[in-house]
Amino acid sequence: MTLKKISLLKVFCYAAALIFALFCLLPFIMVISGSLSQEADTLKYGYGLFPRNVSFMAYKVLFMTSDRIVNAYAISITVTVTGTIFGLLINTMAGYSLSRKSLKYKNIVSIYTLLTILFSGGMVPWYIVCVKYLHLSDKMIALIVPYLANAWYIFLMRNFMKTIPEELNESAKIDGAREVTIFFRIILPLSKPALATVGLFIALGYWNDWWLGLMLINDQDRQPLQMMLRIVVTNVEFIKSQMSNSAELQRIVNQIPSEGVKMAVSIVTIGPIIFLYPFVQRFFVKGIMVGAVKG
Amino acid sequence: MQNNLSRNRGVAVASTGLLGVLKELYVNKALYMMLVPAVVLLFLFCYMPLFGLVLAFKEFNFEMGIFHSPWTKPVFNNFLFLFGSEYGIRAIRNTVLLNALFISVGLVFEVGFALIFNEINSKIFKKITQTLTFLPYFVSWIVVGVFTYNILTSDHAALNNFLSVLGLPKIDFITNASIWPIILVLINRWKLTGYGTIVYLATLSGIDSSYYEAAEIDGASRWQQIRFISLPLLRPTVIVLTLLAIGRIFNADFGMFFSVVGDAATLYSTTDVIDTFVYRSLRVSSDIGMASAAGFVQSVLSFVLVVLSNMAARKADKDSALF
Repeated sequence: MTLKKISLLKVFCYAAALIFALFCLLPFIMVISGSLSQEADTLKYGYGLFPRNVSFMAYKVLFMTSDRIVNAYAISITVTVTGTIFGLLINTMAGYSLSRKSLKYKNIVSIYTLLTILFSGGMVPWYIVCVKYLHLSDKMIALIVPYLANAWYIFLMRNFMKTIPEELNESAKIDGAREVTIFFRIILPLSKPALATVGLFIALGYWNDWWLGLMLINDQDRQPLQMMLRIVVTNVEFIKSQMSNSAELQRIVNQIPSEGVKMAVSIVTIGPIIFLYPFVQRFFVKGIMVGAVKG
Repeated sequence: MQNNLSRNRGVAVASTGLLGVLKELYVNKALYMMLVPAVVLLFLFCYMPLFGLVLAFKEFNFEMGIFHSPWTKPVFNNFLFLFGSEYGIRAIRNTVLLNALFISVGLVFEVGFALIFNEINSKIFKKITQTLTFLPYFVSWIVVGVFTYNILTSDHAALNNFLSVLGLPKIDFITNASIWPIILVLINRWKLTGYGTIVYLATLSGIDSSYYEAAEIDGASRWQQIRFISLPLLRPTVIVLTLLAIGRIFNADFGMFFSVVGDAATLYSTTDVIDTFVYRSLRVSSDIGMASAAGFVQSVLSFVLVVLSNMAARKADKDSALF
């Protein structure tokens, strides 16, 4: 009897996990299938689990006829790389300072940082500050600077660095090392796991961001990839209007797979994430475990 | 005489105070310099908008800016408009109700799947299923918007095709507002369940295995072990995470509503939340007064709730509160 109960419970757990995992995977498969389907099939039969006839037309159109997607890709890569490097540096430096017991006013700065989590001015004042006072409209740095300093990451770094023994500093100082040297030569190498975790969170945040583009960038040519995806999805004619009007291209334009292109842009957008995901997943898990509850 | 003395002492104290500050700043100048970029950036993007909260009481004029724009007459005029409009009230109501729905369903799913994953012995099976459930966390809401388009809302949507293959009537998702709370819950669970289970799984794996061994010797079934060991030990984590989520109940996940619902006005009766309402007032209808009043209400309520929920969380478990 007991034995049967146990196995029933196990069967239920395996089945539930499998079903839910497939539920999570399903939309990805549908979109990949949509991007590979022939436009005529999609229009006739609708989206499905598998393409009836495989066609790479949507991807061809995307990369050969519209350099806007390539351009948006370049913007997203630039933003992600610079944002991650500077964000990591700024939050790590702050976290390190706050982790030092000898710093007398660290509590004041900690409270100053904590308050930014608790109280937010909201969308309207933020928008006005960015546009009117900081003049960020339509500038590339508008996609980077607002996210650079982040209280959560500062506290995460601080908590990690608190575990590095202070004696290490003392002995380095006796050997004549300056604070900056200690930070770059001793502390940073010891913080590699935390740096990887926070760095990946920052990078994911920048890659997936569209909020800054939505709020601060009006010029479609300067939008990052995520916003470009939104523009393509909400405005079917967008890609078509981007193409030059040579006769050869015009012929293609008329048979452009609008539905397929929408799906293809999303695949292109999540491509790098899916590709890197298996390798970086564990860093995110670690980061969520230490950072989810505690600041 | 005595007066003089005390005045002198006062000066002495003040100067050592100021000197003390300067000395501390000088001695640790490198460390303070390392704080400067973060402090400045937080000031620009978190503290400066706080001053902008006064806009809720002003008639905003872009040229005059936050400080020089005139006050409204009466001073709470923007709020009269906000609370006089059924849309403002509706947005606040939808935000709280939908978030309450997300929190409660989320709790069941996250604790449930943490327990389920914990029961799986096969390492490969566990790894694969967990990896797949965590995957949606990594895509942006815009991409989720495309997924929704593909499956639900487009003219060629997959779900309706599936229904018609089964001989069932199609559902018009774009006009059927009453069905959207369920859809939004499903999307919310699809995206965040894997993420949410991680903390609970960590708590579960931290439970001393001798509890389970002792229970097994006493003849407890696996189900009884879950019921009387795992669940009670998860309780503190559950309470703290739920309290912190309740603290954010006035803040809707703007990305989800913006990209999944978008500007389908037919759905606003059940899906328009404070954040989307503020966004539209700000960027679409340019009604800054209304937008800043709604934002002000949201900021203040959130602050109070976050502080309260944190106090409660600290009472439940001293180490897991935010502050």
